[in-house]
Amino acid sequence: MTPISRRGVLLGAAALPLAGTALARPALAQTRYPVRPLQLICPWGAGGGTDATARIVASLLERELGQPVNVVNRTGGSGVVGHAAINASNPDGYTIGIITVEITMMHWQGLTPLTYADYTPLGLVNRDAPGVQVSASAPYKDIKALAEAIKAAPPGKLKASGTGQGGIWHLALVGWLQAMGLKPDHVRWVPSNGAAPGMQDLVAGGIDIVPCSIPEARAMLDAGRARSLAIMAPQRDPLFPDIPTLKESLGVEYQTAVWRGIGGPPKLPAEIAAKLTAALEKVAKSEQYAEFMKSRGFGMDWADGAGFGKVMAETDKAMGEAMRAAGLAKS
Amino acid sequence: MSDLIDGFIMVGQMDVLVAILLSAIYGLVVGSLPGLSATMATALLVPVTFYLSPIAAVATIISASAMAIFSGDIPGCLLRIPGTPASAAYTDEAYAMTRKGQAEMALGIGLWFSAIGGIVGTLSLMVMAPALAEVALNFSSFEYFWLAVLGLMCATLVARSSPVKAIASMLLGLLFSCIGMENPAGAPRFTFGMTDLLGGIEPLPALVGVFALSEVMRALATAEPPPLPRRKFGSILAGQWSLTRRFQWPMWRGNVVGIIIGVLPGAGADMAAWVSYALSKRFSKTPEKFGTGHPEGLVEAGASNNASLASGWVPALLFGIPGDTITAIAIGVLYMKGLNPGPTLFTERASSMYALYIIFILANIIMIPLGILMIRLATRVLRAPRASIMPVILMLCAMGAFATGNNLFAILLVGFFGVLGYIMERNGYPVAALVLGIVMGSMVEQSFVTSLIKSDNSLLPFFERPISAVLATITLAALLWPVAAWLIRRRRRAPRRPAPQGG
Repeated sequence: MTPISRRGVLLGAAALPLAGTALARPALAQTRYPVRPLQLICPWGAGGGTDATARIVASLLERELGQPVNVVNRTGGSGVVGHAAINASNPDGYTIGIITVEITMMHWQGLTPLTYADYTPLGLVNRDAPGVQVSASAPYKDIKALAEAIKAAPPGKLKASGTGQGGIWHLALVGWLQAMGLKPDHVRWVPSNGAAPGMQDLVAGGIDIVPCSIPEARAMLDAGRARSLAIMAPQRDPLFPDIPTLKESLGVEYQTAVWRGIGGPPKLPAEIAAKLTAALEKVAKSEQYAEFMKSRGFGMDWADGAGFGKVMAETDKAMGEAMRAAGLAKS
Repeated sequence: MSDLIDGFIMVGQMDVLVAILLSAIYGLVVGSLPGLSATMATALLVPVTFYLSPIAAVATIISASAMAIFSGDIPGCLLRIPGTPASAAYTDEAYAMTRKGQAEMALGIGLWFSAIGGIVGTLSLMVMAPALAEVALNFSSFEYFWLAVLGLMCATLVARSSPVKAIASMLLGLLFSCIGMENPAGAPRFTFGMTDLLGGIEPLPALVGVFALSEVMRALATAEPPPLPRRKFGSILAGQWSLTRRFQWPMWRGNVVGIIIGVLPGAGADMAAWVSYALSKRFSKTPEKFGTGHPEGLVEAGASNNASLASGWVPALLFGIPGDTITAIAIGVLYMKGLNPGPTLFTERASSMYALYIIFILANIIMIPLGILMIRLATRVLRAPRASIMPVILMLCAMGAFATGNNLFAILLVGFFGVLGYIMERNGYPVAALVLGIVMGSMVEQSFVTSLIKSDNSLLPFFERPISAVLATITLAALLWPVAAWLIRRRRRAPRRPAPQGG
């Protein structure tokens, strides 16, 4: 009789549950997904706007799916690490992530080979257009006056800020200048660590324009220290109805936005994707979600998987053009 | 007046009081663990605030962050491992007091003067918020540049080793801060094609590495230090009142400096502690005692970092501009709870504002009894054998580093900085100066480059703008003073030297 070694018993004990799940999982996954908690990867740090959006979506998704949805912040590499983690996860529907507009920008700069095509889009949940903010003490009454002043000024005299070099608001400015027939560097970009320091510098008199999203500028607008002259969107924002669009006030056809959406790794099975998209639609149209987005001032928007894919493709093209024009693209 | 009463009623709600108490305990525990910062403690609270009433939600953040900044002093004092970056400036001093058998005094200073700093900071918020906010709004990148340079100069003032070695460590820290693409050009530097380096080197893994991990390595390599004599742990608050009277002037200076630095967006409790500790040494009557377990610097810096915490809320509440990383998170919570930052918060929702003030004061008062309990529990590590403490610290280092981004790379960074810190310490290079360089590096570069872009490459605005000119004068004076002093000394000695030759 062979003595039963301790190691053998341990190995057997370890193998049992593995064998069990391996047998049970495919069968269950097909019949009633999800049977265990989901993971929602957020490529940005805890406490920020994307994190807050991810958490509210996760808590409402949990109710729809009947399984816990845990938000995991995978930060680092200026968003590259988290986006790569979403792409590399197992396509079983148990790991999804919040994808941000940076995915359409980073590959042009040569920071990562990943593009928007490396994800299964599930649903767009937020979109915010930039406004054109100036200091309250600036002489420009409206966007026309500012546009005239920009055209009249020698290149590089006026300065703008609100994010880092090559960041989303920098590209918004580049796109707007080009739409007006000006050179992309006609207004010089001053890099900053985000919109809040940019707005502060605007009020301190260091710069002239901050083209950041209106919720980011909101506190200074409310305080009467800054004014928003126009919004780079197809229509006015219902939360800020007094700010005209670029088209109606200046006759310039230009629009851009930051967005956030939920996506999964490539080759996510169609029935799982359909189920997630259906649940996300209920989340995005729920009262609690509307209440949360309104309180943060974030723009509500919904598009299903195919629609989100289209938004990503369009943004990717526009970003590529703007970045090439500004000399920021590598490929 | 009725607003004030309403404020008291709002804070008096059961859910608010329970939230304050629980988040205070949470903040004390998180802050005292090496590798988990006050910012981390706050960020982890955000999902919890979804389920709380507006006042309770803000209360959790206020009390947890205040407690975490104080309790970061505890491991620094007992084990020479700062719990938060804000404690790094005076860790050596506090640890020296512990080795002298004055642990209760050192921890008591941290507790007592943190509470005072917090309360004074709150009073400044109540009385002068609009005026302080105006000051903050006048700061542009030109002023920040001088401020950052002044901050860097603290490295040489604080260090006990040779100034040359301190400057070398600081420059190494600046070099590390160049890594990544978070620079004005947005170009990846020194990343060697590694995605993980794109985001740059965060101060936290560096801090944990050079302080905590290298301490563990030292423990492996050296014999156990003679155990501290077993004795009854004395009263924590005894003697604090006489210290308050003795170091009244440094305490007030710490409070004022903390308030000013806190109000400025982008400079938080970390910088307040550094600047105050350096000022304390510079203006002390007995600077030679610094670093040997002298309470003066602890008094000033301990008051300063908690004062800055309260005044950091001024720009956040008035303009939605974060004063530091903690208020950056708090602003999101304020919006979510309908307490939108802006001047109207002070007029139309005055009762909510009073409620916030009361919570600040309350949190700083309950800090004292809860802090005493925490200190009593924590001092048990002094009696535990080193062999059982060091593995726990090693695990906490790894956990804390991982928790910031769920990224394994942070643990590798801790390992790297641990080895680096160990080598530096053995050769007499102060590691605190390295951390300071990493913390301040991006601010120096960012403010300098953006200033030049704004001024079309002219250096004049650095000296032209009024606040900038004042800061420039202080900086240059502080830079040139040692040189001038050295020249004067030489002059005085010079005439004597040629005399023998002539005779």
